[in-house]
Amino acid sequence: MTLRSASQAVACPDCDLLQTLAPLPPGAKASCGRCGCTLARQPGGPKDLPLALTIAAAIIFVIANTVPLMDLSAVGRSASTTIVGGAYQMWMEDEAITGVLVAFCAVIAPGGYLLFMLTLLLGATRKIAPPWVGEMLRWASHFQVWSMLEVMMLGILVALVKIAELATVAAGIGMYAVGALMILFPAIAVTFDADDLWRRIEWADGAMPPEQVAGGAIPEASR
Amino acid sequence: MTRGTVTAAQAGLVSCEACQLLSRPANADEPGFCRRCGEELEFRRHAAIEKTWALIVAAAICYIPANALPVLNTTSLGETEADTILGGVAFLYTSGSWPLALIVLVASVMIPLGKLVALSYLLITVQRGSVANSHDRTRLYRMVEFIGRWSMLDVFVDTFTVALVQLSPLMSVAPGTGVLFFAAVVVLTMLAAETFDPRLIWDATNPHRNRHG
Repeated sequence: MTLRSASQAVACPDCDLLQTLAPLPPGAKASCGRCGCTLARQPGGPKDLPLALTIAAAIIFVIANTVPLMDLSAVGRSASTTIVGGAYQMWMEDEAITGVLVAFCAVIAPGGYLLFMLTLLLGATRKIAPPWVGEMLRWASHFQVWSMLEVMMLGILVALVKIAELATVAAGIGMYAVGALMILFPAIAVTFDADDLWRRIEWADGAMPPEQVAGGAIPEASR
Repeated sequence: MTRGTVTAAQAGLVSCEACQLLSRPANADEPGFCRRCGEELEFRRHAAIEKTWALIVAAAICYIPANALPVLNTTSLGETEADTILGGVAFLYTSGSWPLALIVLVASVMIPLGKLVALSYLLITVQRGSVANSHDRTRLYRMVEFIGRWSMLDVFVDTFTVALVQLSPLMSVAPGTGVLFFAAVVVLTMLAAETFDPRLIWDATNPHRNRHG
């Protein structure tokens, strides 16, 4: 069910210009006529795709965080590390703040994002989504900004090249898992239709059912 | 899509930053909360210019020790060698992987510096009420927002080097104080980009009463 039958007034998030959005065909996007910012997207894929991708990502995320990322061997000795192991080593070496930051950007933020997405996508399967789904959506977008798996992946590759000068290093299963997540995270973002979900969410004040918005009437702000 | 020339603020409307719903606040000085998602409504992000300046100045101060202090201390057979970020770039270059040296140079040195210059330029032009190049300035802002996370690269390189090379007494690597300052530069510039309000760029073109929210 989608409520995108009527035109809708929006303000561009980047330049505040008022515009009217006409209904979009699947796979299309609308851009601001003045600054070019994307105002709305209508993903073309099946409705269940974001949920399927999120479940796949959650399983791979567990693997990525439990198995070693890479192994090192030199003169008969060997070592390996996981993502959390890297952050923990920084903590132990008196760089606690940096360790916490690495743990946040590489584990907590992507993990939190997946957890919030999983919960909200399950909640969004109802025709009218409860207000907590909107709350989850806000948290998911905050965590998304600080989730840096792709940056970490490049960082690990650079570290591997540097260490390869000194010892024998090999990528572990964890690296392939992080590589898969690098593809799955943008895939979730692209297939997920946040605009459609917002239109189906029951309002925070409970007074106005979502159907009333479709007509294009602009509500008063609550005090 | 139809195109007008009126901004939401000029029409007395506020767009929710979380869910994009337009609301009509009863009182322009205290817009209240979004009725759909409960987010606090603001015509423009509160004190965006002052806060962004504060974060940029703090980041610029941290940028100096981030580059001057060592990020890695390598102990090999009793000898300790300290490496700065540029030292790490030089190491990658001399060991023959110049593409990686270039990536680290761009991500660790040029992107943070570029972000500081770009955000300062945006703030100065907004404060002077410039109407020129609004389009390019918005694009510059989006680039700063998009590219910012990549300067975290060196923090990850250092973390995983330290985590893996722990073969004492043969060879071990410990983080230097530079890492902390470098991480601070990345976080502060990312926060600065989030604090700045790109709608201010266009407000000189569409003046309205409630200038800086």
